[in-house]
Amino acid sequence: MIAKTEPIIEFDNVCKFYGSTQVLRDCSTKIYPGQVVVVCGPSGSGKSTLIKCINGLEPYQRGKLRADGIEVGAKSANLIALRTRIGMVFQGFELYPHMSALENITLAPRKVLNLPKHAAEQRAAELLERVGLGDHMTKYPAQLSGGQQQRVAIARALAMEPKIMLFDEPTSALDPEMVREVLDVMVSLSRDGITMVVVTHEMGFARRVADRVIFMDDGTIMEDCPTEVFFDDDKCGDRAKIFLSKILHN
Amino acid sequence: MLGFDLEVIVASLPFLMEGMKVTILLTVLGVMVGLPLGVLLAVARMTLPAPVPQIVFSYVNLCRSVPLLLVVFWFYFMVPMLIGRPVGGYYSVQIAIILFEAAIFSEIVRAGIQSVGKGQLQAAHASGLSTWQAYRHVILPQSLRRMVPILITQTIILFQDTSLVYVVGVRDFLTTATIVAERESRVVELYVFVAVVYFLICVAGSRVVERLGNKAS
Repeated sequence: MIAKTEPIIEFDNVCKFYGSTQVLRDCSTKIYPGQVVVVCGPSGSGKSTLIKCINGLEPYQRGKLRADGIEVGAKSANLIALRTRIGMVFQGFELYPHMSALENITLAPRKVLNLPKHAAEQRAAELLERVGLGDHMTKYPAQLSGGQQQRVAIARALAMEPKIMLFDEPTSALDPEMVREVLDVMVSLSRDGITMVVVTHEMGFARRVADRVIFMDDGTIMEDCPTEVFFDDDKCGDRAKIFLSKILHN
Repeated sequence: MLGFDLEVIVASLPFLMEGMKVTILLTVLGVMVGLPLGVLLAVARMTLPAPVPQIVFSYVNLCRSVPLLLVVFWFYFMVPMLIGRPVGGYYSVQIAIILFEAAIFSEIVRAGIQSVGKGQLQAAHASGLSTWQAYRHVILPQSLRRMVPILITQTIILFQDTSLVYVVGVRDFLTTATIVAERESRVVELYVFVAVVYFLICVAGSRVVERLGNKAS
């Protein structure tokens, strides 16, 4: 039902090394427009590195990776153009502490897309409204809770009107009571048809909205299957099962 | 003759003020030109490909490894040789101070930049900003804010160090005071006065740093 279009992200035997340690081993997968893909696995398994390859934040040494028609690893790749079409949300929020929520969101649209100040602010205000923070536009990151900061960070990524959103453990640094508000925003995003690649341990979220789950271990993609298959005890691989049992029963 | 004579100081105040103007000008231009140059050096060292970082590193290390006095001498004697005409004592020492301070400031700025988490640069890059834009709008505003106290401290040090221009006869505050002291044979009065003025200005500066430090914590 999905394979009719071209993949928007295509990994073809991507390998990455830090010095002599290999952190990605022949990773291959295809992600199609509108899909929500959850990437999970034990810490140090290469999940974050994998998604940071997509927007060129992490270089890789072997293999091929195309994202939205651009060969990411090519010397001639226009990474700035690519990144304007890919939003990213980080584990540690990474809001700019010297700027208000509104300024955080308008910076890239104004400086990269050359949007006039007024238009950028209007868009930012709408986005803050959408993530439920319409009353906090002039606040600085330090005045916001973790959950609120992460929602501002999502609004900041959306301000570039990206085709793809990357989430790198967006709820891992949050207090438990704030996880929900961030996940709710992500669930609503998934309904808008934006392509999402989400590194997370939130298996409830994965079950609810993911089309596919990728399970990684030691730099290798061990499982890459539809969500219902991944959570089916009979069909899921042993490593993934052990991992799942660990994080679900904690 | 042995009594402490304030008259001589009052009488020569206009002349001493001229000297103080030179001292302040040397300091202010040293900071206002040296600091932006230092920022450029630091950013170049941290972002540009080889061999730029190595060149900057060598330059900074050279400046930090020789006394300012020697740099002042170099420029005083070598700049006229290189350009084939005299440039005047003031210009040669002003250039020496700016270039020397640029190296010192670049190390301060580099430490400030490194104190900003790596995630900030990643976030800026991820949103499509170029490296230059990321430094301009995200990294430098944060790091410069954190550096204000140490930048003021360095300015105070420079304010004192400008007195080194005495050796090439540029008429700063110390030099003018020396001229008066020798002309009037009032060495004690003049050097005590000079010490008090330097002391008061530097203590005031340190107080500002303390205030800022308290505010920051």
